Amino acid sequence: MAIGVKTVKRPEGTTSYLRATLKGMALTFKHLVNPRKVTLQYPDEKADLSPRWRGTHRMAVHADGRPKCVACGLCPTICPANCIRLVPGEDDQGNRYPVVYEIDEFRCIFCGMCQEVCPVEAIHVGRDYENAEFTRERFVYDLDRLMAQDHEFTLLWDPEDPLSE
Amino acid sequence: MHEIGALSRTGFVIASAIKVVAVFTIVMVAVAMFTWLERRLAAWIQDRLGPNRVGPFGLLQPLADGLKNLLKEESSPGQVSRLYFILAPALAIFPALMTFAVVPFAAPLPTPWGLVEMVVADLPIGILFIMALSSMGVYGVVMAGWASNNKYAFLGGLRASAQMVSYEVSLGLSLVPVFMLVGNVTLTQVVWTQQGEIGLWLALPLGLSFFLFVISAFAETNRLPFDLAEAESELVTGYHTEYSAMKFSMFFIAEYSHVLTASALMATLFLGGWDIPFVKFDDMVVVAPGVVQGAEPAVWKTLLTGLVFAAKTLFFVCVYMWVRWTLPRFRYDQVMHLGWKVLLPTALAYIGLIGTTILVLDRLGLEYGTLYGLVLTGVSLVATAVFLWIIDRDRVIGGAYVPRRVPVGRRVVQPAPQPEPAAGVAGYVHAQST
Repeated sequence: MAIGVKTVKRPEGTTSYLRATLKGMALTFKHLVNPRKVTLQYPDEKADLSPRWRGTHRMAVHADGRPKCVACGLCPTICPANCIRLVPGEDDQGNRYPVVYEIDEFRCIFCGMCQEVCPVEAIHVGRDYENAEFTRERFVYDLDRLMAQDHEFTLLWDPEDPLSE
Repeated sequence: MHEIGALSRTGFVIASAIKVVAVFTIVMVAVAMFTWLERRLAAWIQDRLGPNRVGPFGLLQPLADGLKNLLKEESSPGQVSRLYFILAPALAIFPALMTFAVVPFAAPLPTPWGLVEMVVADLPIGILFIMALSSMGVYGVVMAGWASNNKYAFLGGLRASAQMVSYEVSLGLSLVPVFMLVGNVTLTQVVWTQQGEIGLWLALPLGLSFFLFVISAFAETNRLPFDLAEAESELVTGYHTEYSAMKFSMFFIAEYSHVLTASALMATLFLGGWDIPFVKFDDMVVVAPGVVQGAEPAVWKTLLTGLVFAAKTLFFVCVYMWVRWTLPRFRYDQVMHLGWKVLLPTALAYIGLIGTTILVLDRLGLEYGTLYGLVLTGVSLVATAVFLWIIDRDRVIGGAYVPRRVPVGRRVVQPAPQPEPAAGVAGYVHAQST
């Protein structure tokens, strides 16, 4: 070779282009007539979530529509991502309630510690993952939105045994 | 002989117009469906699903694609040579669509006004017309590559021209045995030979021709494993890199109509055209305007043979796609090697072989018929076996080195080099060159 061409010495005695070609054709034909089913047609079919799945939050509500939250301040304290903003208030009977309760779902790392620490089982992480929005502001969930969420609670929390005893 | 009666002059014009419109429509619809079929087949081969959302089974996908291409912005890059840039897609698509005109697609149709042949134009020069037009197809590609004024497009056009010119030769030569056996280049006559005179599909008596023709046709249509002209991994998309919207779509339509025409030709020349195998009721040929030799034409026979022809063509189209999604692209020197050093000499040798056999058979006084065909089948089988045996030796299309000429029997197996090959090349024994 006039110019520096790297030549690969192929295993000459054992190579057969024709047989290799036919083998390849047979393989693709096998897949053609009997394709393996691997595609999940997403919006129509959904993958099973893990039992440990922790998705966006929801706030549990009382029967009269008030949030169960008593604004104790444990969740913003424990939150490692510092994504919960809580402004507590107190009514004339001395019951504490959240005046502002916001979770920034962009900052949230979905560790689920807010749910674990909550003494009244008010805040929960949920089995949900379709969270697309058009603006960044929409990812800060306020109290009304958290209460309006209707997806399932995470399976890590058992309503029969709320305090994991 | 069946006298059906010829069409009047006006009737001929009307019938021809109807045939032109019908064939054009069917070809365009078929081409559109092929894009869908190709994507579905590719998907199945790769364990995917393919387009299945638009309409039942995704059948309306081509419609959506066409609409999208019509509505897309026509971009015309600043550096292009405008006239040729716009002319190129048109030049690519016309020959691709025109070649179908001489392909007979069904048995002749008897009508109250006379006999209508089911071929748009039964040219006496049949196959020559196709060869001439299919080599026109390269102009569109070369012009697109040149006018784009882009190095990738240019390289694509360059490769296409060299490749198509090379394979044109073996394509033509692989058909010479057909002419020799049929004694005619009219496609209707080729079909009749396979139905009546020999009674065998030419894929049998001219097996090697069939093989060579299929390979050359793959190269001619620029389909994988010969799609050097658009080699995505090297040349973006080759000659149509700069094209968008409907102009791009025209190249696409041209490619698929080439595939359709090549498949129809394979079916016509080597698989009996619209002949239904093993039955005699469809064996007929138009010997003069309105006069049919062989079986009596009927409307249902026309429809049935049309379906059979469609099935055969579809079979080859599927083979095209199956091959495309199996085989990797050749390297450029391998393409040239295969074309000039393998296919061309083989085609020439085969012409000599078939010519000699025909001469010998004629000298022996063997009647032109099925036995004649069977003798040729035997000769072809031997020739094909020898050809495949030679091509199956690893050296014919080897790597980029000059092979040492060691006789197969005396080849000494080199002991593997002592430090085991690295994990990445395990199982890949490097012969030590000393």
